[in-house]
Amino acid sequence: MIEIKLPVPEEDIRRLKVGDEVVISGVMITARDAAHKYMVEQEAAEVKDVLKDGMLYHCGPVVKQDDQGWHFVAAGPTTSKREEPYEADVIARYGVRGVIGKGGMGERTLAACREHGAVYLHAIGGLAVILAASVKQVQTVHKLEEFGVPEAMWVIEVERFPAVVTMDSHGNSLHTEVLEKSTEKARAISKTL
Amino acid sequence: MDPQTLRKHLLELVRMTACDLAPDVEQALARARDREEGRARSTLEWMIKNSAEARESSRPVCQDTGSLIFYVDHGREIRPGLVAQAAREAAAEATERSYLRPNAVDPITGKNSKNNVGRGSPYFHFNEVEDDNALRVRLMLKGGGSENCGAQYTLPDNTIEASRDLTGVKRCILDAALRAQGFGCAPGVLGVGIGGDRMTSFMESKEQFFRKLDDQNLDPLLAELEDEMHKKVCELGIGPMGFGGRTTVLGVKVGIRHRLPACYFVSVSYTCWAYRRRSLEIVNGEARYA
Repeated sequence: MIEIKLPVPEEDIRRLKVGDEVVISGVMITARDAAHKYMVEQEAAEVKDVLKDGMLYHCGPVVKQDDQGWHFVAAGPTTSKREEPYEADVIARYGVRGVIGKGGMGERTLAACREHGAVYLHAIGGLAVILAASVKQVQTVHKLEEFGVPEAMWVIEVERFPAVVTMDSHGNSLHTEVLEKSTEKARAISKTL
Repeated sequence: MDPQTLRKHLLELVRMTACDLAPDVEQALARARDREEGRARSTLEWMIKNSAEARESSRPVCQDTGSLIFYVDHGREIRPGLVAQAAREAAAEATERSYLRPNAVDPITGKNSKNNVGRGSPYFHFNEVEDDNALRVRLMLKGGGSENCGAQYTLPDNTIEASRDLTGVKRCILDAALRAQGFGCAPGVLGVGIGGDRMTSFMESKEQFFRKLDDQNLDPLLAELEDEMHKKVCELGIGPMGFGGRTTVLGVKVGIRHRLPACYFVSVSYTCWAYRRRSLEIVNGEARYA
């Protein structure tokens, strides 16, 4: 198990390879569809600091509010490929070192990971309770009114958040590998049906 | 049953569905874990652990608490409108209690209704039954990620060499599983609807998810088809979350509807491993959950 503390320098990210299991600690931010559109179409000044050498998490949480503030109740990853049109630009423009989500991303993001020194980390989909428990504190939230709870940008402090590197900064992707193997297998099975 | 009591029972149904996976699903996950090794095994182990913690703390198994799909069987003495109203109120209260994420979004304005109540949300399907006072409510919470993995084929489909026969149907199922990869949070379940029109074909595929994972299709031909396709889809090696492994799906369930001569649809719905469906039955004024 490799420990990553945020913010993380590029050389540490370059050392990661597909298949590495990591635990992440530090401050990160959630971002999904509306947030990505916003970050690319406008200057999202309020999130620049947390994104620089930081990580963003494709997640629309279930939250709860009490007199202590906001809490994450359930917070597994959402499907990442919806952000494919935006992610490469977000990585380049904001200096993001890690994108956490599920299902993997496409060629443009993989190329951006290689060029700028970033990785894609896969969290287990549906692991909502365990991942929410790793969120120790909700520091602040941006665009809550405008985007709604799932789409808002939640700045969270996490401790030992588990994930697997499935796209590294050397052009490797576990998703491409599984897709190619299963496609070949499907071709063979299809003939026997 | 008075509306207040019904609302209370429906709230419990929503909580249970969101936070407590049914035993047959957890057993299927455990059996899959025992067959796997390496990352596939540890991934399933995480899922099982998460489900146990969700149940103990009454927190949603997955943060995408999905769309609320209610199937209501009711006797003549029970007015569907009242059940629907009680269910809408239960959904709003469940959202307030964080059993549900606010999941109803206006497609034009992008505004979230904040309480899961909106146009067509929750969804209701009513069916009148013989017994005057009978009430059975089945609820499915169907997540969005897996919903995006659904597909409808129109046969013949040259791109996958599927003609209007059983082999063609099998090729549709295989193709849908291949395209889904791990995106729908594998290992999930494939619901397949053969025939019908565009709408009823998809309905048939979704209704399969109310079945128990370990049941046997009453139609022997379909039972055989389910077993064969379950095995073959697993052979794709996509595995839990698409990390690779033996368990690509937990099951394949198939239903059929008579079709129009001109139409031949095969609809495939995907539900994730966090496969949430529960039921509530009112018997002699007493609530029974399953």
